[in-house]
Amino acid sequence: MALDSKVPEGPIKDKWTNYKNKINLVNPANKRHIDIIVVGTGLAGGSAAATLAELGYNVKAFAYQDSPRRAHSIAAQGGINAAKNYQGDGDSNYRLFYDTVKGGDYRSREANVHRLAEVSGNIIDQCVAQGVPFARDYGGLLDNRSFGGVLVSRTFYAKGQTGQQLLLGAYSAMNRQIARGKIEMFNRHEMLDVVKIGGKARGIIARNLITGEIERHSAHAVVIATGGYGNVYFLSTNAMGSNATAAWKIHKKGAYFANPCFTQIHPTCIPRSGDYQSKLTLMSESLRNDGRIWVPAKLEDAKAIQQGKLKPTDIAEADRDYYLERRYPAFGNLVPRDVASRAAKERCDAGYGVNATGEAVYLDFASAIERYGIEQAKIHNISNPSADKIYELGQKIVEAKYGNLFQMYEKIVDENPYKTPMMIYPATHYTMGGIWVDYNLMTTVEGLYCIGEANFSDHGANRLGASALMQGLADGYFVLPYTIGDYLSHDIRTGKIPTDTPEFDEVEKEVKDRIDFFINNKGTKSVDYFHKKLGKVMWDKVGMSRNAQGLTEAMAEIKAIREEFWKEVKVPGSANELNPELEKAGRVADFLELGELFAKDALNRAESCGGHFREESVELDGEQKGEAKRDDVNFAYVAAWEYKGEPADAVLHKEELEFKDIELKQRSYK
Amino acid sequence: MNLTLRIWRQKDSSAKGKMVDYKVTDISEHMSFLEMMDVLNEQLVNSGEEPVAFDHDCREGICGMCSLYINGEAHGPDRGITTCQLHMRMFKDGDTITIEPWRAAAFPVIKDLIVDRMAFERIQQAGGYISVNTSGNTQDANSLPISKHAADEAMDAATCIGCGACVASCKNSSAMLFVGAKVSQYALLPQGQVEAADRVRNMVAQMDLEGFGNCTNTGACEVECPKGISLDNIARMNREFLKANVKG
Repeated sequence: MALDSKVPEGPIKDKWTNYKNKINLVNPANKRHIDIIVVGTGLAGGSAAATLAELGYNVKAFAYQDSPRRAHSIAAQGGINAAKNYQGDGDSNYRLFYDTVKGGDYRSREANVHRLAEVSGNIIDQCVAQGVPFARDYGGLLDNRSFGGVLVSRTFYAKGQTGQQLLLGAYSAMNRQIARGKIEMFNRHEMLDVVKIGGKARGIIARNLITGEIERHSAHAVVIATGGYGNVYFLSTNAMGSNATAAWKIHKKGAYFANPCFTQIHPTCIPRSGDYQSKLTLMSESLRNDGRIWVPAKLEDAKAIQQGKLKPTDIAEADRDYYLERRYPAFGNLVPRDVASRAAKERCDAGYGVNATGEAVYLDFASAIERYGIEQAKIHNISNPSADKIYELGQKIVEAKYGNLFQMYEKIVDENPYKTPMMIYPATHYTMGGIWVDYNLMTTVEGLYCIGEANFSDHGANRLGASALMQGLADGYFVLPYTIGDYLSHDIRTGKIPTDTPEFDEVEKEVKDRIDFFINNKGTKSVDYFHKKLGKVMWDKVGMSRNAQGLTEAMAEIKAIREEFWKEVKVPGSANELNPELEKAGRVADFLELGELFAKDALNRAESCGGHFREESVELDGEQKGEAKRDDVNFAYVAAWEYKGEPADAVLHKEELEFKDIELKQRSYK
Repeated sequence: MNLTLRIWRQKDSSAKGKMVDYKVTDISEHMSFLEMMDVLNEQLVNSGEEPVAFDHDCREGICGMCSLYINGEAHGPDRGITTCQLHMRMFKDGDTITIEPWRAAAFPVIKDLIVDRMAFERIQQAGGYISVNTSGNTQDANSLPISKHAADEAMDAATCIGCGACVASCKNSSAMLFVGAKVSQYALLPQGQVEAADRVRNMVAQMDLEGFGNCTNTGACEVECPKGISLDNIARMNREFLKANVKG
């Protein structure tokens, strides 16, 4: 099937407006006869469910947690971008659009990104109206800060808990609709497959996680909003339950999977400390506003630190290498995530890492504390303040900005980051790849939509900070409610979709057979054993940098792990009860297929690009020497994979990307 | 370190539960408490036993999913944290650790250490929101100035993660800290004023209906709250409730 992006004609700034003016609408009386299933209730799914219910559709929402408020969107810390230009520093819709396309290394679809920038301001208005307590300045107006990859302050925030507050906003909008009976909420339910009738998505098979009951749910359209697949690495910043099952199942039923190799490695995570570790903890990128990143300039100092013989505070200013400020004077510590991550890896690989494993760099707040302290002393008319006084005043300001992050760090690492620099290292975070969708956010299966992190569309090969929340809410509040109406306008005479059909019978049988297999398999190894094994191959060979040989090996190794999994996996307990091991088994089975497709996509993309760094593709000379080398002649396309059984047999479809409004250029942050 | 774990095992909501002892060995002091539970579960799976069911997810202290009553304290002996942020360095080699689910009639046990916190959902559905259309056609956000102080105080209240530690540590199983936090967030902001009276009445009525007890100012909830939600929120809720009822 040829890919049709359905991007509307016309100038980019008018596309979305013209499109909205021309689409078909559904009469409010008819909306009451149309059902929509929303799977996943984080920022994207929650806002979509609330808005679709507000419009009058009957919404059935599904979450694997006991409450939508626990979706992993809640963990986003730093903020949400919007081109409000409240600061008067030159921001505009065009500039947000430009920064996002450039930050994504020119691998996103222009029309989608422009639409995202256009609705960004509305998101802030909407959230404020819902009572989201964004940070305010002393005049009572909204405060902003800046994030990596941009030169303006366009990030709105609620302390270090922006994701939490935005999610609670969407959740409260959902609660209002649940109370009105317009959303039927299915907590502790997991979607295990999609049901197609006549080529259209018409329902899902879900498992009640408490009773184990397999349920059939029908609807006129199905929306997947289940987040990213970073847990394919086992260790990531994702919540333990975050999984790719819904997305992978729809892929197997005909939805193309796009750019799986575009996975963001986030530069500011707490380094791993041992093999028992279950997940990695991210520290907000906003810390790079005030924190300066460095490693020792001398190898012998680095060794002494690794052996515990020297402390970071023992290293004189002149003996520190603030490598981001050195390499990228224009953006300094605020270069985008892919650039910051690679630079950290480069220093650590060269032996300059600062913890026992050699996989950490410092994020230092000493100069920020001093700078703020001096400023505060002036404000409070304190003449000749002592160093201690300056420190005390400065610490208060840093605490007000990042207090909860510092507390979190101290609890995990057992060191006080006000007194000694934090240690950070890159970790798998957000996945830019995902289910391919057209401009309407519809997948290659009719009536099947995919929004938020689960789709591929807006971030290209790299996501700029504070853009994930923006996309989730844009899709859910403002984009999908329009585009899905155009599709559903053809369904007003369809009537209720029955669930006692052969199509439902067949998919339910597939789901039950798989569960029975797990329960009855007489294996010897736990699910986690296989997940960790997969994660190790992914990190070693499909991680921060990749090469053709490693990727070829990874594909074979993942296949072998998968074969062993189906022979040797052991799942205790029964199918008809709350059984977390059974839940994990199904998810890891899907990761074991996705991982191989991920490696195959990375092998195909023989260029370096955003979150995908191919060692064979590096600038060899000039000002950009050593930086990642993109290949626009051969790779300015979206790689959309069609399922054909084994992941290795997946067929590549290309959506050629057109850049009419932005010139493709080398990214430079120097 | 080597530890003895005394854990509440209960097959489902209708079964009778009991404490069962398990041994774990080679626990690193750097592990989180939940990672220690992972070690136990891996051990149980390998020996063909059913692992202990417990709630957890983000493991960053923010989702509010993890619970656990550890040695008689919600989220264990440390302060200002969730169970996922509790580290084994808080324990000593040879310790016996007692692990139970949240204890409250309004939070029935689903299995082992997992309880049903749907009562919190229903309280929120009774009025924990502002009735605004999600169309995006609202006024410009800066046309509604809010003092920094009010915004910060609302944020402090809104920080509640809905974990239920307040209920579990209260001798009356009161949910007032949770409800107070939610009522406060909107009571402090101009957007929430229009429906303030109905909100507090409906949420309090639902809270009572769910079977939570009353507040007797013991303060255990504030001490055990992982997010430091202050008792002031309960006082504010009471004022709001009184105001709503006086106005009629």
